[in-house]
Amino acid sequence: MLRVVVLYPDLLGTYGDGGNAMVLAARARARGVDVEVHDVTIGEVIPRAALYLLGGGEDGPQRLACDLLVDGGFVDRVEEGGHVFAVCAGLQILGTTFSIEGDASYRGVGLVDAWTTRGPTRSVGNFATLVRGRMMVGFENHGGVTELGDNVEPFGDVVVGRGNDGIVDGFRTPRVTATYAHGPVLAQNPWLADELLSAVTGQALAPWPSVADRLYVERCDAVSTRRSDVDRTGGRR
Amino acid sequence: MAPMTLRLSWRARLAVTSLVVVNTTSRWLGRGSGTVAGGRVGLAIEPKLLSELARARTVVLVTGTNGKTTTSAMLRQGWGSDVGGNVTGANMPAGHVAALCTSRGPRVVLETDEAWLAAVVEATTPAVVVLLNLSRDQLDRANEVRQMAQRWRDCLTPQRFSGVVVANAADPLVVFAAEGSTHVRWVHVPLAWRADASSCPHCTRAITFGDDHWSCECGFSQPTDLVARLSEVLEIAGGSYPLDLALPGEFNEINAALAATALVELGEDVELVLGRIRTLHSVQGRYGRRRYGNRDVRLLLAKNPAGTAALFDSIDVDSEVWVAINAQVADGKDPSWLYDVPFEVLRGRRIACLGERRLDLATRLLYGSVDCDVIDDPDVLRRATTPVTLVANYTAFRDWMARTSPC
Ligand SMILES: [Zn+2]
Repeated sequence: MLRVVVLYPDLLGTYGDGGNAMVLAARARARGVDVEVHDVTIGEVIPRAALYLLGGGEDGPQRLACDLLVDGGFVDRVEEGGHVFAVCAGLQILGTTFSIEGDASYRGVGLVDAWTTRGPTRSVGNFATLVRGRMMVGFENHGGVTELGDNVEPFGDVVVGRGNDGIVDGFRTPRVTATYAHGPVLAQNPWLADELLSAVTGQALAPWPSVADRLYVERCDAVSTRRSDVDRTGGRR
Repeated sequence: MAPMTLRLSWRARLAVTSLVVVNTTSRWLGRGSGTVAGGRVGLAIEPKLLSELARARTVVLVTGTNGKTTTSAMLRQGWGSDVGGNVTGANMPAGHVAALCTSRGPRVVLETDEAWLAAVVEATTPAVVVLLNLSRDQLDRANEVRQMAQRWRDCLTPQRFSGVVVANAADPLVVFAAEGSTHVRWVHVPLAWRADASSCPHCTRAITFGDDHWSCECGFSQPTDLVARLSEVLEIAGGSYPLDLALPGEFNEINAALAATALVELGEDVELVLGRIRTLHSVQGRYGRRRYGNRDVRLLLAKNPAGTAALFDSIDVDSEVWVAINAQVADGKDPSWLYDVPFEVLRGRRIACLGERRLDLATRLLYGSVDCDVIDDPDVLRRATTPVTLVANYTAFRDWMARTSPC
């Protein structure tokens, strides 16, 4: 049984973030993998899980979710072997500090050496980043600028939009993946959902063609009509 | 059209004249419904035009994420004849000044965009402000719901507003916005959508929802001093009244309860008001029946998760369901909200996916285990005769109004 835990959807779930759990569960089940999706809400204990999902949220709820994760032993759960996939505010929480409500710096979970300050402007719009040669498409809506420690690998190179700083997006460690693409980014990028599932289950997955593949190609095309230097197949650079 | 020019400053009179010229020209050229362009010109000439035009009139403002247009239509219908307002739904100041130029009566109902409430309250000194609900809508415009609730709250304080607030007591964010105002009339209604109010606007702790009441540990809780309560009937002014609306859905009963409460507050007779509201069958094409080839199509407008979820209970059992989704500026350019809509209640039906973002919709339905077809060319749907319920978001709705014809 593959257990996927959605952390505090009542605080971090502003943009249809629940979609990521839905996508992972459906794609796993389609390959015969038994999945249980469990929402952890305010006041609940964080159980052991194969994969934890973190969504986006507004300032106050973001700070509360961060406190709950620290108090609830989230870092221990990850060190016990849990994988993490985080978007937007979830990314900021995983770092060492982040700025909200004016410019006050707030202590993060500290799972990754990354820190977020408030940028001069907010970035709202279509978002695309190259992840080891593959295009990831999505949407971003945030005002943060995230810097990474020397030993932290970014998740992708920004093609359209801002991500961490206009150059790179998110970060990744062997078991943690984080991106500024908000909301149900796995719905638009079936390959990324499968890559996560493979990493978590330790097994290769058979192809599972669906309308989501057509959506992915369409969104890549939408990006490349705006940026002619992008490979139209959404494949290798 | 006879603009109201009495007792206006010379600058305001010039602004009104220019506004009327621009709007008449733009209608004549067929450029849209001709309300916003002239309004912008008028406001450029006289920035205080809205307050000049609103002076000496009784103004009701209606705001909220969902139901603004319908509730405003109910207020106009229920208030009697010659009630002015922005009937085309242009709900920012440019649309408001255009509406006030074309109506002369002393009674005005203005549908008001959530983000503009403070400015319009200040300019129009409304007698009543109706707060319907507050939930996520087009978040890529960065109007996060808590910030919006705070802005409403700030503009309704006793220092800035002395009129009456008619407020939905079941929505914690609305209660947060209204609670500091001087004259609040709480209306209890059934609340289906809670996803945006699960954490307390005062202290961010979890709000506990019971069957008929909600509260937070910090003491913030549902008001109990109600002036009206909607259940099977509307209890108001010492009596109970069945609503029996021609418009479908529980959400329209909620809209009617808030509209009726506002009109009772303005001294109208509740029986008379409800009798008039019952005669409303369609609002700006919404809920109305249209023709598409051999089909009878009922058009429903869905702009966001709460609004879309509320529509599902008014879909006829024997009709096909088509859903059309666009993601233009007016719709919000990010269709992520589709994952907050409980499409799963449509399992067992086969949905036709339409609109520019039909693949986003079909993917959402795939992951929700709802059967669907992606329709690249809507013409193929013309021939069959099964009636259709079409749920569309803003610009997709507009496209389908153009593609269909009146019955
Ligand atoms: Zn509280």
